[in-house]
Amino acid sequence: MTATPEATEATPTIVLVGHGMVGQRFLEALAERGLTATHRVVVLCEEPRPAYDRVALTSYFSGRTPEDLSLTDMEFIAAHGIELYVGDPAVTVDRTARTVTAKSGRVVAYDTLVLATGSFPFVPPVPHQDARGCFVYRTIEDLLAIEEYARTATTGAVVGGGLLGLEAAGALKGLGLTSHIVEFAPRLMPVQVDEGGGAALLRTIEEMGLSVHTGVGTQEIVVDETGAVTGMKLSDGSELATDLVVFSAGVRPRDQLARDCGLTVGERGGIAVDAQCRTANDPHVFAIGECALAADGRVYGLVAPGYEQAETAAATIAADEAAFTGADLSTKLKLLGVDVASFGDAHGTTADCLDVVYSDSRAGLYKKLVIGRDGTLLGGILVGDAEAYGTLKAFTGSVPPVSPESLVLPAGASGGAQLGPSALPDDAIICSCHNVSKGAIRGAVTEHSCTTVPEVKKCTKAGTGCGSCVKVLGRLVTAELEASGVEVDKGLCGCFTQTREELYEIVLALRINTYQGLLDRYGREEARGGDGCEICKPAIASIIASLAPTIGASGYVLEGEQAALQDSNDHFLANLQKNGSYSVVPRIPGGEITPEGLIVIGEIARDFGLYTKITGGQRIDMFGARVEQLPLIWTRLVDAGFESGHAYGKSLRTVKSCVGQTWCRYGVQDSVRMAIDLELRYRGLRSPHKLKSAVSGCARECAEAQSKDFGVIATSNGWNLYVGGNGGATPRHADLLAQDLTDAELIRLIDRFLMFYIRTADRLERTSTWLERIPGGLDHVRDVVVEDSLGICEELESLMADHVAHYADEWATTINDPEKLARFVSFVNAPDTPDPVVGFVPERDQIKPDLPLLTIGHRPLEGSAQR
Amino acid sequence: MTLAPETTDLKIQLRLDKDWFTVCDLTALTPGRGVAALLPDGRQVALFRDRAGELYAVDNRDPFSGAAVLSRGLTGTHRGRPFVASPLLKQRFDLVSGECLDDETVRIATYEVRAAA
Ligand code: SRM
Ligand SMILES: Cc1cc2nc3c(=O)[nH]c(=O)nc-3n(C[C@H](O)[C@H](O)[C@H](O)COP(=O)(O)OP(=O)(O)OC[C@H]3O[C@@H](n4cnc5c(N)ncnc54)[C@H](O)[C@@H]3O)c2cc1C
Ligand code: SF4
Ligand code: FES
Repeated sequence: MTATPEATEATPTIVLVGHGMVGQRFLEALAERGLTATHRVVVLCEEPRPAYDRVALTSYFSGRTPEDLSLTDMEFIAAHGIELYVGDPAVTVDRTARTVTAKSGRVVAYDTLVLATGSFPFVPPVPHQDARGCFVYRTIEDLLAIEEYARTATTGAVVGGGLLGLEAAGALKGLGLTSHIVEFAPRLMPVQVDEGGGAALLRTIEEMGLSVHTGVGTQEIVVDETGAVTGMKLSDGSELATDLVVFSAGVRPRDQLARDCGLTVGERGGIAVDAQCRTANDPHVFAIGECALAADGRVYGLVAPGYEQAETAAATIAADEAAFTGADLSTKLKLLGVDVASFGDAHGTTADCLDVVYSDSRAGLYKKLVIGRDGTLLGGILVGDAEAYGTLKAFTGSVPPVSPESLVLPAGASGGAQLGPSALPDDAIICSCHNVSKGAIRGAVTEHSCTTVPEVKKCTKAGTGCGSCVKVLGRLVTAELEASGVEVDKGLCGCFTQTREELYEIVLALRINTYQGLLDRYGREEARGGDGCEICKPAIASIIASLAPTIGASGYVLEGEQAALQDSNDHFLANLQKNGSYSVVPRIPGGEITPEGLIVIGEIARDFGLYTKITGGQRIDMFGARVEQLPLIWTRLVDAGFESGHAYGKSLRTVKSCVGQTWCRYGVQDSVRMAIDLELRYRGLRSPHKLKSAVSGCARECAEAQSKDFGVIATSNGWNLYVGGNGGATPRHADLLAQDLTDAELIRLIDRFLMFYIRTADRLERTSTWLERIPGGLDHVRDVVVEDSLGICEELESLMADHVAHYADEWATTINDPEKLARFVSFVNAPDTPDPVVGFVPERDQIKPDLPLLTIGHRPLEGSAQR
Repeated sequence: MTLAPETTDLKIQLRLDKDWFTVCDLTALTPGRGVAALLPDGRQVALFRDRAGELYAVDNRDPFSGAAVLSRGLTGTHRGRPFVASPLLKQRFDLVSGECLDDETVRIATYEVRAAA
């Protein structure tokens, strides 16, 4: 399609070439300044989709879809009348006629042209560098192609051990490939870290199963007769076999368009601009982002400086004062859970500066601060633990209020100081992606009445970039809320001021094994001696049940006082349905069931006229049982060897499995056996919310383990453990906790994980929300359950051992206890009379509740009920 | 073990019009939980006993779902008022007045109840 340039006398036109991260930010800056109202804005976007979050690109592999990554709100584009042409790159610029021609033939006349073309990955000119199986790592399309190709590959190699290379290697590993990193420099991440940091990083990365080859270059890509990659030749003469190669050897500014139209570019590339981001030769043309060579002679490969340039260009177009004179290169990377951060003068290039170094190579920790003569914090490097990054970065350029040593010592060590964000000055930058100061965040709370982190994010944009500042942000918001007198009552309910976690600690430490004992001693003044409420009763019943053998309570949930506390479903050991009938779900561990088992269930369902359905949890649910039928049904089920499936409890539900190695041609481990083992181990374990699990026999993941609270995926070397997954209303992919575990390691880790969750979660908080809520998130959980950083693992394991040793099927216990059975009646004064409101009508050859009966209430009965 | 006399022979009785209708032994009620009773005319009553020994009786029908299930709900106290929460959709009902604490337009019937020899 060819369009004629439109008349521009009336509305001046701004043309933006490149709709990447910086381009999008530029559009937002235009809109904020009202320039979209006074200008026609045309965007030429090369990629097949509008701007997305390139920084978070790798999260595609952990489940974020391209849509999730999008940075472009189409309503914003429409509301501001922006003409966005997707998949239509600019091919030539005519600076005399002031027109841009796009690939489609579209010609757009401009008054102002803004180039935001980003960079392209540099691919070293080695033989066969473009063979089948060679990729770069820059766009969503690159990732889709890598993912597709990885299906047929077993090994992958990344050329380049910088920030992006490590991310790419982590992604390949996540795709199930044996992964190598080849880095020319003598250490990983040579730009960000020094030798010490590189060593700490190397150890941790290698421990994760990635092979690192430093100090060697790639000389040639080896291909087979079909032209597909089979390996690479390295400069030390060795050869590395690999099916797939990702080049991540740096980026180069995309300045071809500018070169072609005679704009000045730097010696090593980059469109030369002044402090206003205007090109050196043409006041009508600007360049921003990674394609620009800034006034300080640098090309910035990070998003924060690009955003600042976008603001500067927009301000300049609006005739406001603004300048971009340089930015700091602070970065924080998280690769498979290893934190690497560098900020300020990380390499200590300032004259006369001193280093403060803390290093623990065993733990993969390395922290270095660069301090000026006068005590000013100039910069630093953190490897293995970048907890302090946000705070330290904000202090850079000033003298911190505590000694520098205490800032790098681990929190537990004597002298280690935690510098809270409250110590920061108001002008400290908390979010460098969006240049948001502490003052602005406080203002969001005090002036814009934001009361939650998401509200503050929305209001200030802080935390919506790389996300590395979110932790500090959360602490600031809480501190500010508390300072402004917003009393956040964190108590469990109207009866207790303590949180569930605190109550758990009290129950465990003091061995309190009754609810009343807890309420009367630790409840709120006004609640003591009372009856409690529907929130704390089941929550504390659950705590007591989780800890029963350890604190000397009965493990049977219907025993004594416990019976009165249970949620209604637990009280009848079945799930209440809408008409007052119950459903019955026997446990079918791992979904494996014998033909005899199926027949028994079929016979029982037929004899009691129950509706049967296969559940989403790989077992069978029988619906429509009256309360007085439950013991009869369960007597038959228990006789046939079935036990409670705890479909009613906040406890382990199912451990799903795929057929695995035994039958499936792809399976690499016996997933069914492992699922059964896990289900039998954790059955009956009461927890803050229900627990679900699954075991897949290979990375194809037919059991959907990554949507479970704890999911297990077989590898050729053992098992990978994923935690914190969730289906339901807010699905969340589970995070990888540990890899290639043996059976025993896997079980030990799950024991610890579950007990730590039970100990610290809020009531009705699934592992997914818990993992996202607790300070430190997954890293913290890994520290605690893998590294035993709190020294509690032994206790967690022994608590679980107690649970396992004392498990008893609660239905078997119940049917053998006449006193308990007496409760399973519709009417205390007419035990043989069924509830007349529970009626059924036929549907598809089975029954369904008679709902009209519910609206009538009851049908008058012959007066036979009185005894 | 010697049982205190008041807990051995006492019966729970409900007032229906002028008469007291005997339902069951007091011991059939676990403090903090309820039971359902069937009245001669087919109505259902949910009976509760709290920790202090106080008795309550309300209609067993959950007006929100129509099911006769209130006797199976969890009980508690809210600002000093005893209540039962429906096990289906969790609305709370004041055990003394029958008022729904979550929707003031709804109220369930209550009965006079006593423990008598
Ligand atoms: C029977 C079943 C549906 C079916 O016909 O297949 C089912 C039925 C119920 N689900 Fe479910 N869920 C069933 C599988 C699932 C699954 C699939 C799975 O487990 O793989 C999910 C998504 C996975 C997940 O939980 O992460 C699921 C997510 C939920 C949720 C949302 C949880 C969340 O975190 O968002 C609820 C509500 C809740 O727990 O608060 C829920 C709650 C319920 C309740 C208990 C609602 C209630 O309180 O009455 C239903 C009662 C069943 C009954 O009366 O017997 N059900 N439910 C499935 C029983 C599985 C089993 O064998 O135990
Ligand atoms: C995997 C990965 C991780 C990263 N992690 C971080 C991080 O943690 N922190 C950080 O600060 N930075 C990170 N970066 C770098 C960051 O993504 C870039 O600095 C940022 O995207 C630069 O924005 P930009 O708009 O200048 O370029 P880009 O986002 O690359 O956008 C440029 C766009 O212009 C388009 N284009 C090029 N030529 C034309 C043309 N002729 N016509 C039309 N369109 C054209 C391109 O297709 C592209 O879509 C990461 C990058 C990657 C790839
Ligand atoms: S997950 Fe793997 S082993 Fe299990 S059934 Fe699917 S393909 Fe087979
Ligand atoms: S620093 Fe990147 S989002 Fe705040």
